Amino acid sequence: MADLPDERSYGTTNVKRGLADMLRGGVIMDVVTPEQAKVAEDAGAVAVMALERVPADIRRDGGVARMSDPAMVKEIQEAVSIPVMAKCRIGHFAEAQILQALGVDYVDESEVLTPADEAHHIDKWAFTVPFVCGATSLGEALRRISEGACMIRSKGEAGTGNIVEAVRHLRTILGEIRRLTTLDDAERYAAAKELQAPLALVAEVAATGALPVPLFCAGGIATPADAALVRQIGAEAVFVGSGIFKSSDPERMARAIVEATTHFDDADLVAKISTGLGPAMRGEELSTLSERLADRGW
Amino acid sequence: MRVGVLALQGDVSEHRAALADLGVDAAPVRSVAELAAVDAIVLPGGESTAIAHLLVTSGLLGPLEARLRAGMPALGTCAGLVLLASSIADGRDGQPALGLLDVTVVRNGYGRQIASFESSTELAGGVRVPTVFIRAPRITEAGDDVEVLATIDVGDGVHPVLVRQGPVLGASFHPELTADRTVHALFLDVASASHAALSN
Repeated sequence: MADLPDERSYGTTNVKRGLADMLRGGVIMDVVTPEQAKVAEDAGAVAVMALERVPADIRRDGGVARMSDPAMVKEIQEAVSIPVMAKCRIGHFAEAQILQALGVDYVDESEVLTPADEAHHIDKWAFTVPFVCGATSLGEALRRISEGACMIRSKGEAGTGNIVEAVRHLRTILGEIRRLTTLDDAERYAAAKELQAPLALVAEVAATGALPVPLFCAGGIATPADAALVRQIGAEAVFVGSGIFKSSDPERMARAIVEATTHFDDADLVAKISTGLGPAMRGEELSTLSERLADRGW
Repeated sequence: MRVGVLALQGDVSEHRAALADLGVDAAPVRSVAELAAVDAIVLPGGESTAIAHLLVTSGLLGPLEARLRAGMPALGTCAGLVLLASSIADGRDGQPALGLLDVTVVRNGYGRQIASFESSTELAGGVRVPTVFIRAPRITEAGDDVEVLATIDVGDGVHPVLVRQGPVLGASFHPELTADRTVHALFLDVASASHAALSN
């Protein structure tokens, strides 16, 4: 037996959730070119999200937003050594299969792209590559986990530079978790019904007081203070979409958000790194939007 | 003996939970003052380039290197192993290699995430330890002063996955992601013996 290679298992829950654990305390940055990917890596990003347009531009341009061209995903994979994520449309398992074939490290089944299926998210257990999904509530988060998601992020309202929706989603998810921990065993059945989530997952969250996968924040982060806010509320890491490369000085903004995400509870330090950064992305007031991306998915 | 976990980025909570299972309340270390308050340290898994960047911006790189050179016991897993290595074959320009373990590592040396895997390895005495490899660094060379405690064979030769040099341990895999506490118990044994020797 000594001459045979050791037995290995790929794509296990430990391996998939484990990569999400490794990204804790870090910043995942949206990038549209290999040059931006290098800026992100140099600034201390833990991963990059490769896409053709940042959410602010998707919102501005309209039309159908799809998975990125594999050529640009490959260019970004060649440019950096940190994990590369990419987005597929909700329910579009063929796009996800392509991203897995390209060897991306995490697939984001994302409401930022135009949904492909109005009833079904992807069966994520069928994949070796791990998935992250957005959620606005605990029930939605647990439905995605039951489908095999290994990381949950708030949806926020992507491309707006407005943190209010991400805060609402994080507070809703974390508040509902806290409420579950106060229920007795008999009350968990009704809670599962109300949350429209599997009882086993509801019981697990009630017992541990946390999701079984990491909870990250996405949607509207534009400043180091935004990162410090959502980390203090309870997000374990942050995604920054348009907020870095739509700011006036992306390199400095990227470094500042990385530092603020690590030292989120050190206000003296966050004050120092926030000083003189130049204008953040302009941002949008939500009442002016014609479509809410967070309403996509169910 | 006070144990800390470098808490700039990565799976800090899993290491603290593993140490808590062994009765040790490990302190998170994000500042020079917090580093000064511990006698042994765990360098967790995470992204080695991000942790290296944050070591510089937080002013911890110099003090941490000085403490390690003065004999502070350490356990580095995955990214932590990369930080402790003497040579990083494919490191980013300027990525620090602290050189506490005389090994050469190749980052993501077992492949991307879809090539990540679970397996097991055997320590001296026949103890089998479960191993989780996630975009793991591969140890391609180990110096004469490095004791190889465990290896794995993925079909292209035998490679070290758990090594020791003096009071410093490094693992390619993530002992903190399984319920087995063999590696953390070994670290605490090595650390307390070394700490006792330093204190006398």
